[in-house]
Amino acid sequence: METLQFLMEGFAVALTPTNLLLALCGAFLGTLIGALPGLGPANGVAILIPLAFTLGLPPESAMILLTSVYAGAMYGGRISSILLNIPGDEPAMMTCLDGYPMAKNGKAAEALAVSAIASFIGGLIGTIGLILLAPILARFALTFGPAEYFALFVLAFATLGGITGKNPMKTVVAATLGIMISTVGIDISTGTQRYTFGVLELYEGIDFILAIVGLFAISELLLFIEERAGKGRALIQVGKLKLSMKDIYSILPTTFRGGILGFVAGVLPGAGASLGSFIAYTLEKKALGKKGRFGEGDMRGVAAPEAGNNGASSGALVPMLTLGVPGSGTTAVLLAMLISLNITPGPLMFTQNADIVWGVIAALLIGNLLLLVLNIPMIGVFVKVLSVPPMYLLPMVTMIAFVGIYSISHSTFDLYFMVAFGVAGYILRKLEMPLVPIILGMLLGPEMEKNLGHAMIISDGNWGILWGTPLAVGLWLVAGLGLILPYLIGPILRHRMRNAIKEDAVSD
Amino acid sequence: MKFKQSLSLLAAAAFSVSAMAWEPSGRVECIAPADPGGGWDFTCRSVGNVMEELGMVPGSVQTTNMAGAGGGVAFAHTVSKRNDDSKLLVAASTATTTRLAQQQFPGMNAGMVKWVGALGADYGIIAVSQDSDYENLNDLMDAVKADPRSVKFAGGSANGGWDHLKVLIAAKAAGAGSLPSIPYLSYNNGGEAMTQVIGGHVDAFTGDISEATGFIDSGDLRVLAVLAEERLPGKFGNIPTAREQGIEALGPNWRGFYMPTNADPEAKEYWVNAIDELYASDEWKAVMARNGLIPFHPPADEFEAFVTQQVDDIETLSREIGLLR
Repeated sequence: METLQFLMEGFAVALTPTNLLLALCGAFLGTLIGALPGLGPANGVAILIPLAFTLGLPPESAMILLTSVYAGAMYGGRISSILLNIPGDEPAMMTCLDGYPMAKNGKAAEALAVSAIASFIGGLIGTIGLILLAPILARFALTFGPAEYFALFVLAFATLGGITGKNPMKTVVAATLGIMISTVGIDISTGTQRYTFGVLELYEGIDFILAIVGLFAISELLLFIEERAGKGRALIQVGKLKLSMKDIYSILPTTFRGGILGFVAGVLPGAGASLGSFIAYTLEKKALGKKGRFGEGDMRGVAAPEAGNNGASSGALVPMLTLGVPGSGTTAVLLAMLISLNITPGPLMFTQNADIVWGVIAALLIGNLLLLVLNIPMIGVFVKVLSVPPMYLLPMVTMIAFVGIYSISHSTFDLYFMVAFGVAGYILRKLEMPLVPIILGMLLGPEMEKNLGHAMIISDGNWGILWGTPLAVGLWLVAGLGLILPYLIGPILRHRMRNAIKEDAVSD
Repeated sequence: MKFKQSLSLLAAAAFSVSAMAWEPSGRVECIAPADPGGGWDFTCRSVGNVMEELGMVPGSVQTTNMAGAGGGVAFAHTVSKRNDDSKLLVAASTATTTRLAQQQFPGMNAGMVKWVGALGADYGIIAVSQDSDYENLNDLMDAVKADPRSVKFAGGSANGGWDHLKVLIAAKAAGAGSLPSIPYLSYNNGGEAMTQVIGGHVDAFTGDISEATGFIDSGDLRVLAVLAEERLPGKFGNIPTAREQGIEALGPNWRGFYMPTNADPEAKEYWVNAIDELYASDEWKAVMARNGLIPFHPPADEFEAFVTQQVDDIETLSREIGLLR
C-alpha cells in the first residue's frame, strides 16, 4: 500500500510537462542510439550525460532523461538486428537469430512489431518486479555492514566478465585499469594524497563522468574518422504490417516467461541484459522443442530475447538503486551520474530522495508506454535514421560532449582530460579491450577498498569479520560460483551460441 | 546577542563614514571554489543577491565556479594571479581552514589572504542510533575514556577532515587520552555514514546538523549533543549542547569569505563592513531562515583572529593524531 502511494507521488514527478517531454525525448534518442550498430546502451547514456548538464536539469529530470534513454536503447537494439543482421548492442544479439530470417522472408514489419510488443511486455514485467523488489531490498540493505559490502563488491567483480564475456583476461586488465585510475586523489581512509604529483587539479581524483564521456563518446568519433564510414547502409525493405490478434496472442506466453527470466538475470550484479536475452531465448527454444521453428524466423524467437533483455534492463536497476552496486554496464554509467548529482544510491535514497527514485520508476513505466507508441507507428522514422550517414550524427555528439563537460566545472583542464580519455578509449578499442569494466573498476574499486578498511577497523584487524555473518558467507559463495561458472559453462554456452548463429547462416 | 547587535550597529555607522572613501565600481566577482550546487556556491549566490538588494554593489555580483582540490585551486588563483584585486570575494568555510591547517594546499597558508567575515554556520553534532545504549554525551565519552577503541565513529569527511576533527575536539574536551586510537570510519558523505550507524554497524555518527535533519525527524537518529555555544533556535531547541553536559567542545562549520591580501586597504575595510551590515539586515535573516543557517558572526575586528585560532587548533589536533609531522 505504501509502495502504491510512493508510486503515485512518483507519477506526480514524472508527469510534469517538462519531465514528460524529457522522457519522450529520451525514449526517442535512446531508440535511435540503440538502433545504430556499435552504439550500445552504455554508450548512449554516456553520450547524453553532457546533454543533461548542458540543459542544467534538476536531478530528478536528469535521471528521468537518462533512464528513458536506457529503456529506449533496449528497444532500439533490435532494429538493426532484424534489418541488418548486425546487433545494435550486445543484448540484441539473440534477436538476430530469428529476426533476420523473418525479415528475409518479407516479414520485416511483423518482426519489428512483434519485438516492440515483446519489449513492452518484458519492460513492464521488469518494472513491476523493480517496484515490488526494490523497497524490500532497500530495507534489507540496512543489514549490510562493511564486511557484507566488501563481499558484495567481490561478487560484482567476480561476475564482471559475465557468461558472454569473450576474453576474461582482458576484462581483468580493463577492471584493473579502472581501479588504478580511481586511486588518484585523496585517500579518504588515511587522508593522504595518492598519485597527485602536486597537481592541484588531481587532488579530488578523476571524475567518472569525464572518463565515461571520453572513453565512450570521444573514442567513437575517433573510430569514425578512421573508418570514414560516410555511407549509409543497405537495408531490407520494410513492407506493410500484417499482424493479427492471433499472432500477438501466440507470442504472449513466451513473452511473459522471457520477461520474468530476464528480470531475474538482470538483478544479479554484473550479469546484466545480455544474459537475460540469452537465457530467455535458449530456454524458450528448449521448452518448445519441435513445436517451434527457432532459427528459421519463428516469431517467438524474436519475442523471447526481446522480452528478456527489456526485463533485465529494469532488473539491473534493483541492485543499483538499493545497494549502489550496478547490475550492468549501463547501470554503472547511471550510478556515476547519480553520484555526480550528489545523490547517494542505497537504502537511504528511498527515504531521502524518494521523489527521484519513484519519479524514475514512474518514468520507466511511462517511457515503456511511449516507446510502444513510438515503435509501432513510427518505426519508419527509425529505419530511415539507420541510413543517415554518421558524418552528420557524430559531430553533434562531440559538440554536446564538449559543451556538457565544460558546463559541469568550467575547467579547460577537464576538457584536455576528456580528450586524453578519448584517445585512450580509441587505443583500448583497437586492442579489443572492453570499456565497461574500466568504468566498473573506477566505481567499485574505491568502495571495495573503503569497506575492507572499515571492516578491519571495526574488528580491530581480525580478518574473520569478512565471513562473520550468514549473509556475508552467502555472498562469498555466489561470488565463488560467479568466478568459476563462466570457465565451466562459458565455453559450452558460447559454443552453442556460435552454432546457433552458424546453423542460421546455413539455413539462409 | 544584544552586545553583538550594538556592535554591528556601530559597524554600520562606521561603514557609512568609510563608504565615502572607497566604493566598488564595475563588476564584482565572487569565486565559489566548487561546482554549482554546493555550500560555497550557495554562499556566493545568496550573498551576491542580498548585496544587490541592499545596494552595496553598483551592478550585480558575478559568481564564478572554480572547483578543485577542495578549494585549493581557487586559493592558489587568488594568491598568485589576483593578489591586488579589490573587487574579488572568495567563499570559504571550516573546510578551507582545515585544509590550510593540514597543509593540503601546498606552499600556501592562511596568512596569504585577508579574511573578510562569517555570515552564519552549520553546527557539528554527535549522534547515535535510536536504539543505542548511549543516552547522553557523557555516557559515550566515558566509554571512550575507558577504552578508546570501544566506540567507533562514522562521518562524511576523509580521515583528518572536519567530521573526524569534531570527534577529537569533543574527546579532548572530555579529557580522553590517546586520541589517535579512537576509530573513525570515513564515508563519501554524511548520508552513507548515517546509514551505517542506523544499521547498527558503527556506534556513533559525527556530522553537521543540516545533513541529519531527515533522520532526526524520522526518529532513527538520536543527537547526543550539538557542538554549539548555546542551544540552536527553532525545532532543534530540544537538543542539548556539549557545553551544558560539561564538555567544552565547539564545532561551528562557518560560512564566509576571504579576499586578496594586497587589495586597496580601504576596499578591504569596505568589504568587512559590508559583510557586517549584510549580516544584520532582515534580508539576510530571511535567507538564513530559509536555508537552515544558524547565527554565527564573530565581530568584524575579531574574525581574522578567530580564523588564525581555528587553524592553530586544527593544526595541533592534526599533529596529535599523527596526520601532520
